[in-house]
Amino acid sequence: MAKTTLPGAQKLNGWLRKVPAWPIYLIAVLPPAWYLYQGLTGGLGVDPVKAMEHALGLLALQVLVATLLVTPLRTYTGLNLIKYRRALGLVGFFYVVLHLTVWWVLDVQLLSEVWKDIVKRPYITIGMGAFLLLIPLAITSNNRSIRKVGPLVWKRIHMLAYPAILLGAVHFVWLRKGFQLEPLLYLAGIILLLVIRIEWKRRRAVA
Amino acid sequence: MSYRFRTDLKWSDATPKEAFFNRRQIMTGAAAMAAGTMIGGIPGATQAQAFGVPIEREANSLDDITSYNNYYEFGTGKGDPKENAGDLVTDPWVIQVGGMVDNPGNYSVADLTDGLDVHDRLYRFRCVEAWSMVVPWNGVQLGDILNKVGVQSGAKYVSFTTAVKPDVMPGVRFPVLDWPYREGLRLDEAMHPLTLLATGIYDEPLYNQNGAPIRLVVPWKYGFKSIKAIVTINLTDEEPDTSWNLANAREYGFYSNVNPQVDHPRWSQATERPIGGGLFAKRIETLMFNGYADEVASMYEGMDLSVDI
Repeated sequence: MAKTTLPGAQKLNGWLRKVPAWPIYLIAVLPPAWYLYQGLTGGLGVDPVKAMEHALGLLALQVLVATLLVTPLRTYTGLNLIKYRRALGLVGFFYVVLHLTVWWVLDVQLLSEVWKDIVKRPYITIGMGAFLLLIPLAITSNNRSIRKVGPLVWKRIHMLAYPAILLGAVHFVWLRKGFQLEPLLYLAGIILLLVIRIEWKRRRAVA
Repeated sequence: MSYRFRTDLKWSDATPKEAFFNRRQIMTGAAAMAAGTMIGGIPGATQAQAFGVPIEREANSLDDITSYNNYYEFGTGKGDPKENAGDLVTDPWVIQVGGMVDNPGNYSVADLTDGLDVHDRLYRFRCVEAWSMVVPWNGVQLGDILNKVGVQSGAKYVSFTTAVKPDVMPGVRFPVLDWPYREGLRLDEAMHPLTLLATGIYDEPLYNQNGAPIRLVVPWKYGFKSIKAIVTINLTDEEPDTSWNLANAREYGFYSNVNPQVDHPRWSQATERPIGGGLFAKRIETLMFNGYADEVASMYEGMDLSVDI
């Protein structure tokens, strides 16, 4: 992989050194809080349950895609956002949990039906699989875990993000009626982000 | 088929006036009077006595009904039709009636409905996506229209298509479905007195997002059977193609009767979410034939409804 540094990237990196990651956690609370407020006051339309469920799911996918963008951005532009990646990953996981909570508590409502859906409906099985893959990542997203398992094993564990996010996109494509453009664009984008990683690996192996 | 429904419920009993006389509808008294002389948007039609099948739920508000729609010609989002359907011109409107009929030809909505009884029908509306509403339709019985154009012996099915107008329908620029949208009924289903061609909701002409100027309403089937903005009606002796069946035969059958015992492959059909109940609305049980089993079940005797979906 040929590293490039766009003009201005270094300058931007210099500024970002002064910007900590922790505000991301605070900002992350705002969209769900806004959805809840809107849902309670009619701002989400006549079907607020689905609107909230879908908004949270899409938000989760978007934030998780952002975590996949960090490395290519550094490689192709020189912009270094790595210190924000953990916060983005955890926020994405937080949104997935909220998405699941709305689905269970407000939409399906019965635990027995939730279980039936997971077992019988492939797109829900896939979504749930993506969630399960994210759990070890969320648990180990702290410095202590890196020290405990060692950076190599930790890195391996966090490669689970790739299948998890891919499954998330498949879940999105599959739940729509017919083939629709929006989820297909997400899927295509994610596949591209994964393919460039495979390509990097291949080149490293050759070199 | 010539029975009457046994009910003394009028939809006006179940319609909370304040629910649909929202801000937008309160215009000047004169305008309201003028609108009142056009029943369901059909000049010259007579109003039949209001009746419907008892429903234990309140009718959805006009705002619910006109802002949450599946009408993929205008986009796949539920709010897209309301946002995008405004430019569809529905007058003049030509409906091409053809196939095995005595009087084929191009009809206007007024030609087709002139002289027929306009019925007020409070119907459950159950989407295949497992949400539901209760809608106070105004319309004529499809059977009355078919009798008017004269169904020839040997005809067994009726097929319909929706308008395709790429200049005002952003959704048809993307092949989500194989346009035009197509639907069909068996002739006995089409002749059933519950089957309407609706021209109004809440005594107002249909909004574009609800399928103006004229749409099908088949209350015991999933909503996608109730095709909107009809431009062709064709009588045939062969089962017609239907859009969702063409797109995915495993998930959408020709009949698509509401059936809580047969799940859609991707979700359960046992329960439904009533629209309009807010964030904490309870799911309710879905009824066989959407609650119209007494009226329609006899048409499907001898059929295996888990196979003929």
